[in-house]
Amino acid sequence: MTAGTASDEPGPRRRARMSRRSMLGLSGTGLVAGAAAGVGLDRAAFAREGEPKAAEAVPFHGAHQAGIATPVQDRLHFAAFDVTTGDRARLVRMLKEWTAAAEAMTAGRPVGDGAAGGLSVAPPDDTGEAVGLPASRLTLTIGFGPGLFEKDGKDRFGLRSSRPAALVDLPHFPGDALDPARSGGDIAVQACADDPQVAVHAIRNLARIGFGTVAIRWSQLGFGKTSSTTPDAQTPRNLFGFKDGTENIAGTDAKALAAHVWASAADGAGWMAGGSYLVARRIRMHIEPWDRTSLGEQEDVIGRDKAEGAPAGAAREHDPVVLARLKPDAHVRLAHPDSNGGARILRRGYSFTDGTDGLGRLEAGLFFLAYQRDPRTGFIRVQNNLATDAMNEYIQHVGSGIYACPPGVRKGGYWGQGLF
Amino acid sequence: MRAAPILALTGVAAVSMSLLTACGGDDDGGAKADAIAVTATDKSCEVAKTDLTAGKLTFEISNKGSKVNEFEVLRPDGSILAERENIGPSTKAEFVVKLDAGSYTLLCSAGQTGKGPSTTVTVTGQAAGAGDPRLAKAAAEYKTYVLAQINDGYTRTEAFVAAVKAGDVAKAKELYAPSRIGWESVESVAEKFGDLDPRMDAREADLKPEERKNWSGWHLLEKALWKDGSVKGKEKYADQLLKDLGEVRTRLNTLTLDPVNDMAAGAKGLLDEVATGKVTGEEETYSHTDLVDFKANVDGAKKVYDLLEPIVKERDAALASDLDTGFKNVYTLLAEHEKDGSYVSYDKVGEADRKKLSDAVNALGEPLSKLAKVVAQ
Repeated sequence: MTAGTASDEPGPRRRARMSRRSMLGLSGTGLVAGAAAGVGLDRAAFAREGEPKAAEAVPFHGAHQAGIATPVQDRLHFAAFDVTTGDRARLVRMLKEWTAAAEAMTAGRPVGDGAAGGLSVAPPDDTGEAVGLPASRLTLTIGFGPGLFEKDGKDRFGLRSSRPAALVDLPHFPGDALDPARSGGDIAVQACADDPQVAVHAIRNLARIGFGTVAIRWSQLGFGKTSSTTPDAQTPRNLFGFKDGTENIAGTDAKALAAHVWASAADGAGWMAGGSYLVARRIRMHIEPWDRTSLGEQEDVIGRDKAEGAPAGAAREHDPVVLARLKPDAHVRLAHPDSNGGARILRRGYSFTDGTDGLGRLEAGLFFLAYQRDPRTGFIRVQNNLATDAMNEYIQHVGSGIYACPPGVRKGGYWGQGLF
Repeated sequence: MRAAPILALTGVAAVSMSLLTACGGDDDGGAKADAIAVTATDKSCEVAKTDLTAGKLTFEISNKGSKVNEFEVLRPDGSILAERENIGPSTKAEFVVKLDAGSYTLLCSAGQTGKGPSTTVTVTGQAAGAGDPRLAKAAAEYKTYVLAQINDGYTRTEAFVAAVKAGDVAKAKELYAPSRIGWESVESVAEKFGDLDPRMDAREADLKPEERKNWSGWHLLEKALWKDGSVKGKEKYADQLLKDLGEVRTRLNTLTLDPVNDMAAGAKGLLDEVATGKVTGEEETYSHTDLVDFKANVDGAKKVYDLLEPIVKERDAALASDLDTGFKNVYTLLAEHEKDGSYVSYDKVGEADRKKLSDAVNALGEPLSKLAKVVAQ
C-alpha cells in the first residue's frame, strides 16, 4: 500500500529545483493555464487572475492519458462500471461520447449544449453543478478491467484475444477481505481535480451518458492526496499521519516512467503501447488502534520518523534509505525496490473517510492507486513481499480492481480506439 | 404519488404543439438580435413588443428589481405554458418559446410566487412545423388509452371497495394491487388533479404530521389490510376512493393531452416513479406489491412510446433503438419475478436483483428523458 509501497528510490537524489514552467516543459502532461489553453469564455474564465492554480486545465490529448504522470490533484472520484450491454457497437458509441464529454469537461466546458439554454421541455445535456467553476486541473483516466475481455467465460465483445498478458486477475493476498461490491468492474474512470465538485460532476455526467451501456458498480471519493508525483513539492501525509510516497516516481522523470510505468508494444499488447496498468485497492485503516499506538512503535512500523519523514537512522526526509537500519518488518523496508528486485510503481492514492461504521469507528483509510508497466512485476511482486509487514495489524484491504489503461487519445480519436 | 407541481388544467387547454420551448444554442444563431426585451422589476413587467409573429420567439428578461424573478408564459385559461425561473437581481436571462397564434399573458413574478404584474401579447401567423398531424393523432389515441385505463381501474377498484366494505380482508388483499394498475399506468396524467391525487394515493410517510389525521386513499387501506389485518371502520375511505376515481375519469374527459408534456414528459415521469418509489420498495410499504405498480408504470410509458415510435424512428433512429432495447431489458427482468400471474412480494427481491432492476430502469429512463426533445423538434 501507499502508506508506503514506498518505492524509495535508490541512487542519487533527484532534487534539482525546477521552476514550474520548466517542469511543465519536461513533463508532456504539464499544466497549461486556462486562458493559454484557449478555454476562453468557459468555466475557467471565472477564476480571478493571481489564482491560476485551480483554473489550470490539463490537456486531454497526448501520447499518454493525463492523470497518471500529471501532478497529483487534491481530490478524487473514482468509479468502476459494469458493461451491461452485449452490443459492441453501442459500447464503442459510448466510448466516443465519453471522450467528447471528457474533452469538454477537462477544458472547463460543460457537456454537450450545456446546463441551460436548451429546450425547456428537455433535460439539459450537462447536469450543471460545475457551471462557474474552473477546470480545476481535472483529469479523466480510463482503464479496462478483465471483465471487458471475458466475463463468465463469455467473449462478449470479441476482445478476448486482445487481453494483455499483464492484465492478470489479481491473486489473493494474505489478509485480503475483499468485498465484491467494492471490487472489480469492466471499466474504471479516475477523475482527479483540485475541486471535489468538479471531479464528482465529471463522474456523474459520464455515468449519465453511460446509462444503458454501463452501470456504476462502485465508486469512491478521495479527499486528500497521499502521494506526490512532484518531488519538489511538500510530501503529503496519509491518515496514519506519516509522509507518504517520499520517493515516488516523478511525473517529470521520463526515464523512470518509460522503464516502470508506460507499457510498450514489445510487452505483448500493441494497443497498450503508451498505456499503463492500474491497480486500485480500498485499504481500510484501523484508525483507533493506530492512534493508541506509541510513537516509537508507529515509527518502527513505518520505518520513518513521524515529524520529518526521515528514514530510520537518517536526519532528513530525502536522505537515502539504508534498509539495514529499518526493522525487518518495517513497511518502507519491505516495500522498497531493493527488497523487490528493483520493482517500482507510480502511486497516486487518496485518503478517504466515508463517515463512520456502525460500531462508531471511522470508516477511513487509503484508496491506493498505483500505475505500472506490468502488475506482475509491480504491485503483485511488492504486495506479496508485504505479507510480513508490521503495518498489516492496522490495515485491511477491502476492495480491489485491476485495469488496463490505454494510451492517450489523439485529436479526433476516442478512448480505447486501438483496442476496438 | 409523489409531490408534483399542480398544473392548472381546468377547462380546455388546447395548446398542443406550442409548448415547445426551443433551443438557444443550435439552430438560431442571431436570435439575440430579434430578442423581445422584457424588463422586470419587483412591481412591473414591461414587454417591448406585444404584437408577435408565431414561431420560435426569444425573450430576453432583465431583472432590475431586488428579488429573484420568474418569467411565465400563460395560456388564455391561466395555465402555465412555459416558465423560466431563478432570474437573479441585476441579471439577464434568455428564454426561447415556440408560440402558435393566440393570446398569451407574460407574467413576471418577483419572489417567484407565481403571482405578479403581467402583459398580454397577441401572436398571429402560423408557426413553421407546428402541428404534425401524426402528433395530434397520437395525442388523441393516448387520451383514449388513458380513459380506458382509468375505466378499467374503476371497475377493479369497485370490486376492491366491495371487499373492503364486506370486511373480507383476504379478498381485499387479493384485489388491492390490481385496483391500482389502471391508475399507475397513467399516473403522470391522473395525478395532475392536485386536489384528488393526495386524497387517493398519498403515502403516510409523505404527509406532514398535521395532515395525518386527514390521510385517506389506497395506502391507508393498504396499511389497514396488511398491518392491522382489519378494515373495520375504514368503509368511508373505500367509498371516497371510488368516488374520487370517478371524479378523475370525469375530469380527464375534458382534458386535451399534449404530446410533449403529457406524453413524452409523462412517460419520463412514469419511469421516475419507478426509480424513486418502486425500485426502493417505498411505494407499497405494507403490501410489498411494488412490482405490480412497477409493471403498470412501465406499461404506461411503453404505450406512449408505441404511439410516438414512428416519429421517433424518423427523427432519431438511435434513440428509438435505445428505447427498444431499454424496454425489452426491463420487461425481461420483470418477467424473472413473475409468480402466479402476478409478481413476487418485493421484500423477497434481494439487493442484487434490485440493483439489476435499478440499472435497467436508469438505462430506460435516460433515453426516455430525451423523447420530449425529439417530439418537440
